[in-house]
Amino acid sequence: MSSDNKDVLLRMKDIRIDGFADEKWNEIIKGVDLTLHKGEVLGLIGESGAGKSTLGLAAMGFARPGCRLTSGEIWFDGVDLMKESERAKQKLRGARIAYVAQSAAAAFNPAHTLMEQTIEAGVRHGLASPEEAREDAKKLFAAMDLPNPNNIGDRYPHQVSGGQLQRAMTAMAMASRPDLIIFDEPTTALDVTTQVNVLAAMRNAVEQFHTAAIYITHDLAVVAQMADRIKVLRYGVEVEEADTQTMLTSPKEEYTKSLWSVRSIEKEAESADDKILEIKSITAAYGKVPVLKNVDIAVSRGKTVSIVGESGSGKSTTARVITGLLPQLEGEVLFNGQPLPAKLKDRSRDQLQRIQMIYQMADTAMNPRQTVREIIGRPVEFYTGKRGKAADQRVKELLEMIELDESFMDRLPGELSGGQKQRICIARALAAEPELIICDEVTSALDQIVQEGILKLLMHLQEELGVSYIFITHDIATVRAISDEVVVMYQGEVVEQGSKQDIFEPPYPAYTELLLASVPEMEIGWLEKTIETLGEKRAALG
Amino acid sequence: MSTSEGYSAKDEVGLVRTRRTWRQRAWIELKKAPFTAWLGMVVISIYIFIALFAPLIAPYGEAEITPIPYAPWDSTHIFGTDQIGRDIFSRLIFGARNTIGIALATTFLAFLIGGGLALVAAISRGWTDQILSRAIDVLMAIPSLIFALMLLSIFGSNVLSLIIIIAVLDSTRVFRLTRAVAMNVVVMEYVEAAKLRGEGIGWVMRREILPNIMPPLVAEFGLRFCFVFLTIAALSFLGVGIQPPTADWGSMVRENASLIQFAQFDLKAGITPLLPAAAIAILTIAVNFVVDWFLMKTSGLRDEQ
Repeated sequence: MSSDNKDVLLRMKDIRIDGFADEKWNEIIKGVDLTLHKGEVLGLIGESGAGKSTLGLAAMGFARPGCRLTSGEIWFDGVDLMKESERAKQKLRGARIAYVAQSAAAAFNPAHTLMEQTIEAGVRHGLASPEEAREDAKKLFAAMDLPNPNNIGDRYPHQVSGGQLQRAMTAMAMASRPDLIIFDEPTTALDVTTQVNVLAAMRNAVEQFHTAAIYITHDLAVVAQMADRIKVLRYGVEVEEADTQTMLTSPKEEYTKSLWSVRSIEKEAESADDKILEIKSITAAYGKVPVLKNVDIAVSRGKTVSIVGESGSGKSTTARVITGLLPQLEGEVLFNGQPLPAKLKDRSRDQLQRIQMIYQMADTAMNPRQTVREIIGRPVEFYTGKRGKAADQRVKELLEMIELDESFMDRLPGELSGGQKQRICIARALAAEPELIICDEVTSALDQIVQEGILKLLMHLQEELGVSYIFITHDIATVRAISDEVVVMYQGEVVEQGSKQDIFEPPYPAYTELLLASVPEMEIGWLEKTIETLGEKRAALG
Repeated sequence: MSTSEGYSAKDEVGLVRTRRTWRQRAWIELKKAPFTAWLGMVVISIYIFIALFAPLIAPYGEAEITPIPYAPWDSTHIFGTDQIGRDIFSRLIFGARNTIGIALATTFLAFLIGGGLALVAAISRGWTDQILSRAIDVLMAIPSLIFALMLLSIFGSNVLSLIIIIAVLDSTRVFRLTRAVAMNVVVMEYVEAAKLRGEGIGWVMRREILPNIMPPLVAEFGLRFCFVFLTIAALSFLGVGIQPPTADWGSMVRENASLIQFAQFDLKAGITPLLPAAAIAILTIAVNFVVDWFLMKTSGLRDEQ
């Protein structure tokens, strides 16, 4: 090893990785260096497609199918992973290098208990006997702050919550006391209120066992809590690297600054007396499970109402009731003062046209086999009766509204970026010339810069067209940015409802306080400060 | 990366892909196809060619009777003649036309019935789905060859009832597969979006679901074709399939089966009844080669090194 520094655990030099797409190999990591010391946590951030995950996997000497390591050096504690045999590398993985994936639910085998899976790697690598491993796993479950650490291992993955599963996954990675853990967006799929606890548990574990880690995320506030140093990637190239404090206070590169200043949208909250939509004491259930209890929400014409809450709070169900996908059991939905039929099939085409919906995952919201022209053109034809040239003309106008042009007409969804896809979905909703658009977590799958662009577009369209929005989200920053009014939901009930100023100023109801306190801030030490007070707030909720 | 250019949605990097026409893409795929797939495609093309141009290729007519029955292989009759003096080589050629034609028609009909009902079941769910699925279960519970034999003896063995009966019996498998793959697509948000728009069931079936489930259906079409083809041959061998004088490989095996005992005197005579059997086997294998390749392409299963 060339380094004289004994503390270096991982050194990657001039790493180049190719990805296979469009019948040829394209370089996706273009010569990145990375050095990690023992016990150090490195944050790896960047937008999707920047090569974060690919680089993270390369730290294990691994290239996922469709990728190949073309050149560079990977030294892990004196071992050259580029030259080592696959067998030797497998011995390292799971024993000395561990990996925590984004979706714990997909990474666990549903047919085995948590305990069996936690100890599997250690026992197979011959590091411990099953009995020892089991005892040790219980300690780790306790360290990860899991409830009933002695018994929770006997449960199956579906019997614990998402946050618990993610913690169990970290415990599994810790089981062999690895020198390096690679966390790949481990909390992205979790609610803010759950995320805080998982972050704290992971941070404790890493410190307690003096493990080095690479923490991959696109959330800056999260990385500020976890990492000692931050490296910013873009288009497979390093933008800059510095310790967390420097990076937060004085980033050098323009690109990094733009990432930091993204949450700059602000809007004065306004209210209007003219209500476009009123939901009155709605009760709804899936089968016999009640999900909405006595929900009242009103939306002013031309304004934005945000519905916030964690998953399972009934946000999306409310949207399903409004659109008629889930007929309510009690209560009524008034649109422009007129009651809407509860069932979708009882609604007239005119009623359907006025309420449109935009989904979280633009990928699944667009038919992958239809071109942009068909996707946007269909509602134009369906609702306005325009055909042929007239319809094409309208599609062009719509594309211009969403800041794209007619060169996109013949593209398939697979050929668009995430932000472009979401814009096409917005255009599809606009094509119906609606009065109300329901946006269900429309920005949560997108990178920060792209998010900002989409939010600005939505606000601009509102000014121009006077359309009203219901904005369903769990992201408080988005709510602050764009809403006029806010509705906080918890366990199927409306906790609080009012103008943005009222909601975000104390005094808060207990749940709102917990929710607001859980949103990570870009400040070192926020996690330690918060985690102490959060317990009390949770207790106050009962 | 030091300049901060204004953000523009147009410049966002998507998966930039070279635009290719359908033909270019097909050619790229074909060039990468394995040897077996090529072999299969060549064999199938030859069969199709023979079936289309049968009257031009065959030296004798389909039911033309020559004076000598059981004639040996010679220059006038390449593969000899059968029990009433019809030229076997010509009948093999016409057999391609009949057997493949009927099998194709049957498979298409099976897909129309099974696929159509499956899509209706997948989209409507609830009661419609329950009734259709259970009815299909009942049909599947009866061994299909015996069921077909029974129905054919009730309705008489003409080509039309043969096609309809086998199509209905085979549509059960098509129903199962189509319903399963369509179930994965109906839960997609674009299908929900189409329903919210107020689209009818016909549009949702044709435009939203069908294009997304085509690959497994095409593969299934190939396999189903093989099974239908074999079922027809088996029924013909049993005497309830395609009726004389129409040439058909299954009945040709039966008609000339007795020749096999002459193999000890004349090897060629012994081979004669095996020729139509071989024609069946080769086509079945060829179709399977192509389907295998297609399945591997569409299922995303690849051999990793």
